[in-house]
Amino acid sequence: MNNFKGQTLSWQIVNGAIELALHRDPCNEIGSLTLDELEKFAAALPGLANEAHALIVHSTLKAGFSAGADLRELFQRGQEMEKGAALRGVREFLERIHSVMNALDAAPLTTIAAVHGVTFGGGFELALVCDIIIADRMARFCFPELRLGLIPGFGGIPRLKRDLGNAVVRDLLLTGRSFNVMKAQQIGLVSQIAAEGEALRVARATASQVGKFDRRTAAAAKEFVKPIPYEELKREIDIFCDLYSRPAVEEGLRKFVENEGVQPYLP
Amino acid sequence: MPTTDHTLDQILDLAATHFKVPREKLTPDDDFFKTLGIDSLQALDLLTRIEHHFAIELPDYELQGVSDFRTLANRIQARL
Repeated sequence: MNNFKGQTLSWQIVNGAIELALHRDPCNEIGSLTLDELEKFAAALPGLANEAHALIVHSTLKAGFSAGADLRELFQRGQEMEKGAALRGVREFLERIHSVMNALDAAPLTTIAAVHGVTFGGGFELALVCDIIIADRMARFCFPELRLGLIPGFGGIPRLKRDLGNAVVRDLLLTGRSFNVMKAQQIGLVSQIAAEGEALRVARATASQVGKFDRRTAAAAKEFVKPIPYEELKREIDIFCDLYSRPAVEEGLRKFVENEGVQPYLP
Repeated sequence: MPTTDHTLDQILDLAATHFKVPREKLTPDDDFFKTLGIDSLQALDLLTRIEHHFAIELPDYELQGVSDFRTLANRIQARL
């Protein structure tokens, strides 16, 4: 399936690069529908990889790349189900999204996240599976999960640890603060900065460049420098589920979801 | 180091330009959410522009509860 147009995302092959476009309003929150379509993409990826040398993940929405997990859906499902069933549902969701993220992480082609605006939580984690992050000058990154009594659940901590120094990881994780693209480049997260509105163009130029090289060599180089921390990823799911069961999380999610002020509820 | 008044002027100029509000309509004690008509995502955009302009890092937790330009200028001044 070389082309797909779904409700939350679409893909097509352009000049030898797969372009995976996220387009779920308001800011590509990742809930069950997005997960369904990401799974479709992961299933199609081996076939697509035969036709392309690179993958670009980007957002068509003005607000940003992705605001992360769909917290409204997470809260709502928790309200509708008894606690045990809700927890099983969360674990199943996490295991499914980890499968998608691991498939993207290990894809035998060069993967590029072209990010702009809000790149938070699960959206940040989606960018982290890519080999190269190219960021618009106005991109902003954040792991806000601790503010809600949780940890990142889509593989963020093991992948951040893989890519950055542990002291920086602790700061970003334990403060839950957002940071701009200059900081992101300074700490080694972002390798290229694009002018406002130019991240996709820069990503396309980069995809064109990587397409000049032998694919087998590029895949071997990637496998050598980018190990996937499978054991830590599994442990992350366990820790997340252990934390999710507590009343403090339900309360944090409730305040976030029910907040109607201009500023979001973030302690 | 610039004075707080100078910093405040620069913030008001930046906000007026980016959000296309007449500069003369902005005053230091305005609630910028109301005056600029912005939401939390646009406030993050403003924060990023301020950080780039002043070449500083301003953690968003320092802005919790801050909604007027004068207090914002004081927070920035502490990072210059």
